Formats: sequence, structure tokens, C-alpha cells
Amino acid sequence: MTELRVSYTLDSTLETVDNAEQTASRIATETGFDEDEVMQISMAVREAAVNAVLHGNAYDPDKKVKLDFERTSQDLVITIRDQGKGLDMDKIPDPLAPENLLKTSGRGIFLIRSFMDEVQIHPSMTGTEIKLVKHVHGTSGDVKEASQ
Amino acid sequence: MTMKTSTRQVDGVAIVDCSGRITLGEGSVILRDAVRELLSKGQKKILLNLGEVTYIDSSGIGELVSAFTTVRNQGGELKLLNLTKKVHDLLQITKLYTVFDVRDDEAGAVKAFS
Repeated sequence: MTELRVSYTLDSTLETVDNAEQTASRIATETGFDEDEVMQISMAVREAAVNAVLHGNAYDPDKKVKLDFERTSQDLVITIRDQGKGLDMDKIPDPLAPENLLKTSGRGIFLIRSFMDEVQIHPSMTGTEIKLVKHVHGTSGDVKEASQ
Repeated sequence: MTMKTSTRQVDGVAIVDCSGRITLGEGSVILRDAVRELLSKGQKKILLNLGEVTYIDSSGIGELVSAFTTVRNQGGELKLLNLTKKVHDLLQITKLYTVFDVRDDEAGAVKAFS
């Protein structure tokens, strides 16, 4: 599998959300992930892009979303950055708590964490960066064996 | 694929056949409008047939929750029919599968409305 590094700078629009999802789906497919994994990766990217466009940049036409894909022999790493005020992690409720089950929003980060192997969220005053990692087949098992 | 809905009546139950993607933006709005229109006509027994829904994101899940609570708050019932594996799995991991009344048989679902 060839290594890959590609970067996109996108407007804060709903079209960006769709583009991010489609690009993630294409790259995940090319990487060799199966259908379910491709859906998980593309949905995680979609949810991160929604957060960047809506909650981060708030559709501001002067603010951009940066989307990076990096594929190595071990991982597919996707980084999404916005130029908003920075996600307040303390304000993200647990969507599985009984009192939150019937809320109409607040499931995006939960789905991202459910679908990816590693998720790092770095909010700052100049925006939020979220890094999503999916291990390429076999590497997660190799890591477990090596650590035993 | 754009979200589409069409509504038919079976034994006093409005069955909304949904197809396409229920996602942030148009897809969620179309579903919201379909449910609101039924409620505005006094139709309070609503069965959402999601058999042709190919994709749903967190906004779409939120829209299903919103539809469910809106109908219930007006004294009605909303049930889900024919979940695809993707939608089924999403409702499972978000713990919503047990919140909704989920059916896989249309005739049985229609009879289940009180």
C-alpha cells in the first residue's frame, strides 16, 4: 500500500461536510478497509466536519476548515481543524446518560469515539483540532502482541 | 442520494416511506416537514418506514428523536419500521433502540398502534 499525504482547505459550508465524508470514504476504501470500516471512518469524518463548520466556524465565510489525510503502513490518520473559539469539552454531555437520551443533539463526538481507534481533541483559542486514527488491518493486533 | 418521503394511509396509520440520506441539512428538514405536516392534519399515528434509508448521521438521529418526542407530546405515537443494519447499529450504540418502538413487519406494526 502506498503512503499518502493530502491536505484540503475548505469553506465553512454544508458542501464541505459532504466533500469531507466522500473523500474519507474514497481514501478509506483505497486503503483496504472493509465496508463497515469505511462507513465508520467516513461518518467519523463527517461528524468532525459538522462540528468544525457549525460549532467551530459557525458558517463564517472568512473561516476555513483544514482537512488532512495521512496514510502509513500502520494507520490512516485524519486531522480536521477549524478556526473557531475552541470546543469546550466540559460542555459535551454524555449522550448515553438517561437524562440525555432524548436530546436532539450532542452525539457527534460520541460517534467519532465509537468508530475510530484513537481520537485526540485539541481545543484552543484559535480553533479546535481533532485527530482521528484508524489502524490499518493487522497492525492493532501486532501492537497487542508486542505489548504482551 | 437525496432524502425523499412519501406517505400512505393504512388502517388509520400514516406510513411514511423514507429513502436516501437523513443527514444535516436537507435530509433532516424533509423528515421534519413530513412529520409536522401529518401532525398539522391531526394524524397522530405515524410509522416511519426506514427500509430505503441508506445513511443517517448524528443530525438525522437527532431528527428521529425530535419526531418521536414531538408526536408523543401531542398525544400520538411514532414507530420505526424496517431498519437497515446501519441504522439499527447506530440506534444500538446510542442506546436509542429501546427508546423507539422498532418493528420489522408492516402489518404487525400497524396493528400495534393503540
